[in-house]
Amino acid sequence: MATSDIQVAEHALQHHFADMEQQQETSTFGMWMFLLTEIMFFGGLFCAYLVYRASYYQAFVEGSQKMNIWLGATNTAVLICSSLSMALGVRAAQMGKPKLMAILLLITMVFGFGFLGIKGIEYHEHWVHHEFPGPNFHFETGDPAHPATDPQHTQIYFSLYWAMTGLHAFHMIIGIGLVLWIMIAGLMGAFTPSYFTPVENVGLYWHFVDLVWIYLFPLLYLISKKHGG
Amino acid sequence: MATAVQSVERENYLNSNYGIKSWLLTSDHKRIAMLYLISITAMFWIGGFFAMLIRLELLTPAGDLVSSDTYNKLFTMHGIIMVFFFLIPSVPAVIGNFVIPLMIGAKDLAFPRINLLSWYIYMAGAITAIVAMVTGGVDTGWTFYTPFSTTYSNTHVIGAAIGIFIAGFSSIFTGLNFIVTIHRMRAPGMTWRRLPLFCWSNYAAALIMVLGTPVVAITLLLVALERAFNIGVFNPQLGGDPLLFQHLFWFYSHPAVYIMILPGMGVISEIIACFSRKRVFGYEFVALASIAIAVLGFLVWAHHMFVAGISVYAALVFSLLSYLVAIPSAVKVFNWTATLYKGSIRYETPMLYAFGFIGLFTVGGLTGVFLASLGIDVHVTDTYFVVAHFHYVMVGGMVMAYMAGLHFWWPKISGRMYPEAWAKLSALLVFVGFNTTFFPQFILGYMGSPRRYHAYPPEFQVLNVLSTAGASILAVGYVLPMIYFLWSLRYGELAPPNPWNAVGLEWMTPSPPPTHNFDETPIVTWEAYDYEHQPQEEVSVGH
Repeated sequence: MATSDIQVAEHALQHHFADMEQQQETSTFGMWMFLLTEIMFFGGLFCAYLVYRASYYQAFVEGSQKMNIWLGATNTAVLICSSLSMALGVRAAQMGKPKLMAILLLITMVFGFGFLGIKGIEYHEHWVHHEFPGPNFHFETGDPAHPATDPQHTQIYFSLYWAMTGLHAFHMIIGIGLVLWIMIAGLMGAFTPSYFTPVENVGLYWHFVDLVWIYLFPLLYLISKKHGG
Repeated sequence: MATAVQSVERENYLNSNYGIKSWLLTSDHKRIAMLYLISITAMFWIGGFFAMLIRLELLTPAGDLVSSDTYNKLFTMHGIIMVFFFLIPSVPAVIGNFVIPLMIGAKDLAFPRINLLSWYIYMAGAITAIVAMVTGGVDTGWTFYTPFSTTYSNTHVIGAAIGIFIAGFSSIFTGLNFIVTIHRMRAPGMTWRRLPLFCWSNYAAALIMVLGTPVVAITLLLVALERAFNIGVFNPQLGGDPLLFQHLFWFYSHPAVYIMILPGMGVISEIIACFSRKRVFGYEFVALASIAIAVLGFLVWAHHMFVAGISVYAALVFSLLSYLVAIPSAVKVFNWTATLYKGSIRYETPMLYAFGFIGLFTVGGLTGVFLASLGIDVHVTDTYFVVAHFHYVMVGGMVMAYMAGLHFWWPKISGRMYPEAWAKLSALLVFVGFNTTFFPQFILGYMGSPRRYHAYPPEFQVLNVLSTAGASILAVGYVLPMIYFLWSLRYGELAPPNPWNAVGLEWMTPSPPPTHNFDETPIVTWEAYDYEHQPQEEVSVGH
């Protein structure tokens, strides 16, 4: 075990690094830098969200009341569970248990698909109610006593909703692909306790995407219920 | 010369293997730099071609050569190509890619395959943008201001925006690679305080690439979505705010000018030290000034919006912050000048370009201070004064630095010397041509000639003719190096490992370097620019 371990590690060492430690630190540092760019990428949308929410608060409240909080909360729970199985998968890789890692990564992927499925149900609901920005956009509160005060600006809420959750879902799809890749690589014996950097980095990515949702959920679903009327 | 002959005959990155596949699938940072060199040179000539058409149109007051619609497309495409596809990748992706691993004693960048990927992404973006231009063009200006770009323009805005969006990721990956490389790949003994200033300034520029580019990417994506689906984020008819677009756009695009100029400043630091045989005066201050410019650069974006309708208090704050950028910039110029003081100055071509840079950057930088002050800015907004200002920084500064760097490292890159006399002539032509082109535009702008019009009152003709004549000289100044660099590949004198007697690790390996850069990983025990301790006779051997 020990010798094959070293062989795999030597095989994984790329020519331009002095040793495995340097390679591992470099890859992980690169991943953190990449996540920094991702923060800025989502940051533009969060900035737009904050500006318009401050300007058109009432319209945003009315828009957010169309959100299905239960589905959103379920999805939040699903993602948190997926992060747990992801973290356990990284630990399994670190301990040199490729089969356990594969099972945990499979669970992570199932959670990921579950999230996308629930999100798809929500998207479908919004779509059939014309809550999609564009020429066919149509917005009603559904309560005759309180008609929509500002449907035009509620459209901006929905523009941001679709853009932010859509971009997040796109990241989820990429994440599932990455998890599949390291799962297969792990089963083929690519990782050992001394070399599992790709697993660790995919884990970082997965947690990041999870974290974005942790911010999206309250911002989009939980705008004041009290003042909305 | 014996060593020179040996150094060419031994295996190097150019002759280690041949064939198109060995280039297109390479992960060698030196070969990828060459791929970038070829691509951005092509983009430079396309952008330059549009510039020549603009100058020809402006030869006469009447709008006779092209229609106003065509003229709008010309300056837009000139701007998009030059900013996003030439200036931003120029020094980092070509010279930085080639030199940074050599300078820090590394075998390659931290992520060689991501480096190659960044070139492919760049090409995908460039081809997308070119397709958008060939199939009808774009007329929004390179700034894509909404709501014109999202609602009213009938041109290929989406294609151009997607092209820039894609190319942005190439810039992000280059920046990410540089940051990680400089952190993790330095040779033993290459501490941060011994790091060449070229690495410092590229590091600062890389920070901006990593932090700023994603923002413009998402902004242009929103413009494309707005145009395609009418989502209303920037459209005032639907309740959106066009000013938000300007804020998001300039949040990247103002720091982007520092992505362009900072690596150029790094080139100048290397060259000034080498050709005056002195340590860079106040090395630490020059290094930290790069970081200061990168940080302050993120706090000044709204000075592009003084007349766009932002509040006067916001304008006052942004005006003040913009003045602050002048401090680190001035630190650099003063320290270069102090480096020259009592130096043994040699007037080789890279040094001529570096002198040009210092003078022209100073003019460009100081007129930037004019523009940062609210009163003057209101007077000259959207006039040729602004055009002249940023061409002084971008062409007079950045392109001069790029040319300086290409000449300085050409012997290392190609293993051949370029013809010195022709090169000096080209440096002179560029300097004269540049000033003749753009100085009259300061006067035009001050007298009120607005930018982006294809016709103008007859009293402005003399200055416009002067400008067009200068542009022709400038074009000759750029064609010449292209010819003699290509010529030197075959006929140039063989270059020794260190033709300039420079210090720096990149000069301690053969020209051109072997694929793995160094036979043995160097161990650094000296500070950067240790020229004073070089033996005197070695210095005099130079030329």
